[in-house]
Amino acid sequence: MEIIGDLTFAGLASHLLVGLSRAMILFIVTSGLSFVLGVLRVPNIAHGSLYMIGAFVAFSISHAIGGNTGFWVALLLSPVVVGLVALIAERSLFCHLYEREHLMLLLFTFALMLILGDLVKMFWGADYRSIMAPKYLRGSINIFDSPFPKYNLFLLVIGPIVAVLLWLFSNKTKMGKIARAAAVDREMVGAIGINVSWVFAFAFVLGCLLAGLGGALVSPTVSVTLGMDHDIIMEAFLIVTIGGLGNMWGALVGSLLFGITQSFGVLFWPQFAIVFPYLAVVIVLIWKPTGMLKSVW
Amino acid sequence: MLGVEEIHTFYGLSHILFGVSLTVLRGEIVCLLGRNGAGKSTTMRSIMGLTPPRQGTIRFRGKDITGNKPYQIARMGIGYVPDDRRVFADLSVGENLELAQRTTGGLAVWDKDRVYSFFPALRRIDSRKAGFLSGGEQQMLTIGRALMTNPDFLLLDEPTEGLAPMIVKELEDRIGRLRAEGLTVLLAEQNQKVALRLSDKGYIIDNGLIRYHGSTEELTADEEARKKYLLV
Ligand SMILES: Nc1ncnc2c1ncn2[C@@H]1O[C@H](COP(=O)(O)OP(=O)(O)OP(=O)(O)O)[C@@H](O)[C@H]1O
Ligand SMILES: [Mg+2]
Repeated sequence: MEIIGDLTFAGLASHLLVGLSRAMILFIVTSGLSFVLGVLRVPNIAHGSLYMIGAFVAFSISHAIGGNTGFWVALLLSPVVVGLVALIAERSLFCHLYEREHLMLLLFTFALMLILGDLVKMFWGADYRSIMAPKYLRGSINIFDSPFPKYNLFLLVIGPIVAVLLWLFSNKTKMGKIARAAAVDREMVGAIGINVSWVFAFAFVLGCLLAGLGGALVSPTVSVTLGMDHDIIMEAFLIVTIGGLGNMWGALVGSLLFGITQSFGVLFWPQFAIVFPYLAVVIVLIWKPTGMLKSVW
Repeated sequence: MLGVEEIHTFYGLSHILFGVSLTVLRGEIVCLLGRNGAGKSTTMRSIMGLTPPRQGTIRFRGKDITGNKPYQIARMGIGYVPDDRRVFADLSVGENLELAQRTTGGLAVWDKDRVYSFFPALRRIDSRKAGFLSGGEQQMLTIGRALMTNPDFLLLDEPTEGLAPMIVKELEDRIGRLRAEGLTVLLAEQNQKVALRLSDKGYIIDNGLIRYHGSTEELTADEEARKKYLLV
């Protein structure tokens, strides 16, 4: 039994890069979940379903259009489609439920996850689907003498861009500041004349849009299939918890920890790789039960 | 300007206000006195629409505003300064003010610069996170934030509570200046001295009922009523 794999510098570096690029996907999805948790106080279990829908919509669009263009159109449009689904769900369902207790919200979003899962099954069936990245993002390039997939490098570029955009949004725009204020005291936001209801709709759509973007981005690297929702939502909730609820930087730090322990697990002990991130979660929560960074709850 | 008529307000199942009525005329400062738990804050929250009354009506400028949402009530020109201050701790002082800015309606147009001239202590700390302010600074900020909405009616819930005498004096002076500019104020207080110095008339609330009302002179003279309802 081989416990320790390829322990060269190149091996380490390439695992680190893979871990980091996995962390970028996790961050994009988790920051959306965390945003919705922070501003709306809704633990949205259906967030993973929106991620899955993002991947399936990306599949349909990229196959309908085809080629390199298909991929880019899918990447741009599927978050928008997911955002629209979220807008409809918010205006018709969620907006009546914000004052309910968290247990109710958990049950409700859990039910929504099951419903969305079935809808996806009706629309796309239970087959495995795959999407091709554009030609110039396929294959590998050599970094430190070991091959590194180009698409993962692309993810390493997109992740920080999303982080910067999110930072700009919450610190430099009025909407972002209102969202931050509402995360702390939604009642007072109303009392200074702001219609919180629309702020919530906006925040919810933005959070879900990030799930859709994550789903579209991940689609060329995995098989797009039912069950994606369950896998991601488990990880996303753990990351939000270890990062600090509602804290965007916490989502980033948590995703990095999760992604990197995952990929180093593969390196050191492949048979049990899956255990490492969860071990890291347990250690973090024993050390800091409210998460590494400040929770807004 | 403001008429509260026979309101009954509940928190869940607990009945807190039992038919509270009061009237505030344009340009007046009216104080609402009462001891801990008497129902002052609940009255304020009822008016603001934060805890809407289940019975009774609230009129503002002759219009029935009962059941309106807080943001609508704020836009009609009612500013709210809550008792526990509740600044947006995560935002800077300047951002707290900017978020509240509302340019339509109102008597005078308030902007950040005018708030800073009104409370010079805030100008120096424009970029500081509101969560790191002292009690007095937070109080100035919540009043400033309410002013930024350009209200012509202000609900002030115990603005001097727990503050040093110097700051209480400053706030007293500022509230007087607001009246001079035409603002109407409903002031909840436990601090009788400050309240009676500022107000034109007063109400005493106890256990959710209005027990007394009269001009400031009457209230000052009637030591018995004050003893009965206000002494702890
Ligand atoms: N959120 C709430 N839920 C249930 N009961 C409440 C709530 N807030 C206040 N109360 C109760 O309502 C009653 C009136 O409280 P209120 O805050 O209006 O008093 P107050 O006159 O403002 O007192 P204080 O001087 O302490 O601010 C009290 O008995 C209090 O315990
Ligand atoms: Mg009170």
